[in-house]
Amino acid sequence: MGHSYKTPLLTVSDAGLYCADGDFHVDPWQPVDRALITHAHADHARQGSAHYLATDAAGPVLRHRLGDITLEGIAYGASRAINGVTVSFLPAGHVPGSAQIRIERGGEVWVVSGDYKLAPDGLSEPFEPVACHTFITESTFGLPVFRWPDQAEVARDINAWWRDTREAGMIAMLGAYSLGKAQRVLSMLDPAIGPILTHGAVGAITDILRAQGYPLPDTIPVTPDTKAADYPGALVVAPPGALGSTWARRFGKISTATASGWMRLRGVRRRRGLDRGFVLSDHADWDALNRAVAETGASRVMVTHGYTDVFSRHLAAQGLQAEVLGTQYGGDEAEDGPPEAAA
Amino acid sequence: MKRFAEMVRGVDQTTRTTVKLDALAAYLSEAPDQDRLWTVALFTGRRPRRAVPAARLREWAAERAGLPLWLVEESYAVAGDLAETVALILPPPGAPEDRSLTDWIGFLADLAPLDELAKRKAIESAWDRLDTDERFLFNKLITGGFRIGVSQKLMTRAMARATGRDDSDLAHRLMGDWTPETTTWHRLAEADDAGDDASRPYPFYLAYPLEQPPEDLGDPADWQAEWKWDGIRGQLVVRDGQHFTWSRGGELVSPAFPEFARAPDFLPDGTVLDGEILVWSGDTAGHPDSFNALQKRIGRKTVPKTLLNSAPVVLYAYDLLEWQGQDLRSQPLADRRAQLEDLFASLPLDAPLRLAPTVRFTDWSELAERRITAREERAEGLMLKRLSSPYQVGRKKGDWWKWKLDPLTVDAVMIYAQSGSGRRANLFTDFTFAVWNGNDLVPFTKAYSGLSDAEFRQITNWVRRNTRQKFGPVRQVTPEHVFEIAFEGIHESPRHKSGLALRFPRMARWRHDKPVQEANTLDDLRAILAQYG
Ligand SMILES: [Zn+2]
Ligand SMILES: [Zn+2]
Repeated sequence: MGHSYKTPLLTVSDAGLYCADGDFHVDPWQPVDRALITHAHADHARQGSAHYLATDAAGPVLRHRLGDITLEGIAYGASRAINGVTVSFLPAGHVPGSAQIRIERGGEVWVVSGDYKLAPDGLSEPFEPVACHTFITESTFGLPVFRWPDQAEVARDINAWWRDTREAGMIAMLGAYSLGKAQRVLSMLDPAIGPILTHGAVGAITDILRAQGYPLPDTIPVTPDTKAADYPGALVVAPPGALGSTWARRFGKISTATASGWMRLRGVRRRRGLDRGFVLSDHADWDALNRAVAETGASRVMVTHGYTDVFSRHLAAQGLQAEVLGTQYGGDEAEDGPPEAAA
Repeated sequence: MKRFAEMVRGVDQTTRTTVKLDALAAYLSEAPDQDRLWTVALFTGRRPRRAVPAARLREWAAERAGLPLWLVEESYAVAGDLAETVALILPPPGAPEDRSLTDWIGFLADLAPLDELAKRKAIESAWDRLDTDERFLFNKLITGGFRIGVSQKLMTRAMARATGRDDSDLAHRLMGDWTPETTTWHRLAEADDAGDDASRPYPFYLAYPLEQPPEDLGDPADWQAEWKWDGIRGQLVVRDGQHFTWSRGGELVSPAFPEFARAPDFLPDGTVLDGEILVWSGDTAGHPDSFNALQKRIGRKTVPKTLLNSAPVVLYAYDLLEWQGQDLRSQPLADRRAQLEDLFASLPLDAPLRLAPTVRFTDWSELAERRITAREERAEGLMLKRLSSPYQVGRKKGDWWKWKLDPLTVDAVMIYAQSGSGRRANLFTDFTFAVWNGNDLVPFTKAYSGLSDAEFRQITNWVRRNTRQKFGPVRQVTPEHVFEIAFEGIHESPRHKSGLALRFPRMARWRHDKPVQEANTLDDLRAILAQYG
């Protein structure tokens, strides 16, 4: 491998992950000139940069969230040269439009995973392993206690809970992060059970993704005039923060649930104080993290948001050159659960 | 075990009492007798005999899961529960099998005589037959501690629904020294004659904290006031020429308090007293000793003679629950008190029993003034009891109130943080606080509770950004935040750097308004010690 460059391909600057040769940042947390964005979650896509580059599929939501930005789209798998550095975006399977970013300089390849999961969710473009020398991986759920059940099994549980709630004469309210998790849950619901309502934040993103052609069921937006009595047996999908809010009170007696990887832990389930907690994550579980790292063939792995210390130590024990990369990522599900992932 | 696991999931996954009750009552109505008997036993803190060393579970599980031990330890630190951690890391079962709860308990009991290798093989084979939820419960049978949010009250209500019996009667039946080996479901829950267990205490009646002004309680003449003692709530049962001392937690603590062994000499059979166990060394001028003295007596199986001499206990009796074999609990307090006073009139002076005095008052403001002097009486405040009240079961509002003194407080600086466990896994919840000693911050107490979840989240994020050093799980943080620490007592402690220790410390308030320089000093704490220690 002919990479005899002195500077590493990517470093962490005050603004974020920086490629000096290409003079661009990946998912910067401060405004920069050129930002490559893995996906539209708030900890990865921030306002204020001069130029953005993201997948075509991520574009509409990115514009919705960041407003009037200078955004260039790129197709999955297409290459783009930036100051002699070649970049391409490959599916990360995290949320619709999400990508890993492959960066190549003279034969040396780095991949920034962004957030990812391996198991197909029926909506997001499925994860593709990308061979590289250095892999920058997330580790939100980088502990062996985190192992996800099959999505079909979770869908059965959610629909059963919805049905039981309807029988009990209550409205079901499911907390799910408004980009990604909410639409994934929507696509898992059985619309025959009852009407599906959405909180404004969820509805806006859902409408955008539906218009892009992602297969999503019909949903009814909750407005200030919405009355619970008009929608008996309904299920409401809302951001997790809305569950205990005054907003939720209009629905009277509700059964509350959330869908998140943290629900794997009994302590967290109990702390949330909800009626149900479904184990459903848009991040890779322990087995998937390990498989993803192995499949890249990378000899060097840098670990970001999550259980960075633990996962990098584990990888080092496998003979990899592993280190913790200090970043400011940690959002979406990290907010649903313990803030451990906010490290 | 599947049905049991399903019930536990039903109880555990909701915060709604009615849903918990439905799940538990349904199970108790239909489960086989031996399974429901074990369920009641486990949920009331009775555990199967320990046949497998719990300490080895994590090693066996680590090897089984192909993980290094440190990774299991890290997982345990996050999950906060060993039984759960082990259940979660193991590979899926290879040969699922549904055996009853009682079967699995028997399976574990049979392992007792085996050597460690055989035990290990058996446990591994069990793990391979159980799904994650069942495994968690199976591991709990080994590690003990079935805390899944089933209160005594919920248990008796569910049993009441399953058996058609009255729940306070069931609460009484659940008291005492039974185990699934010594009784049957029928005897415990169904038989008209609840058996002849001489040791059986009555369910304790517990008071609610008084939050409204006492004037709201109405005519002072309807009420009896007593000091609220800072000791161990206990019941002394004398029947069949034997004595039994029970703690409020339902533990038989007779061996820890041999002073009461003489009780049958002067109390007739069929006597049950409710009161407070306190140290009475006689050198405190008519007052019991402070709780610090009692602390030496807590948690002992046997008591050395020297300790019996230096810290002898008495029962400060304030209620008579049974007299001459008659259950008096439905009589009004005024009548029970009169009988109690009669009983004490004939006791020998050296009996390890004292009649807890009542505090006389004619109006509420007079009583409020007495309350302020509680610490001088070595009390924590007052108890208010309606003279017409029966002795009820459990915590009931209306007739008994505890009117505690406001806690002592100091403003202290947070200097170390550690993450919590269980319900609070992954939040920083355990903090060490310091006060000033000159220019140094001297740690003097830890505190775990008192903040809201939102505040814990806020402080957790702050800790992450302001960690100076890590010592294992402990993080040293920038001394920047001041908290008001409330506590119930203070005493000297050579084991602590500060030379003193607090009782029931908790975070009363996050003093965002206070700069670090304005936190209290070690001298301030010593002054409180001199006054109340
Ligand atoms: Zn994300
Ligand atoms: Zn993220």
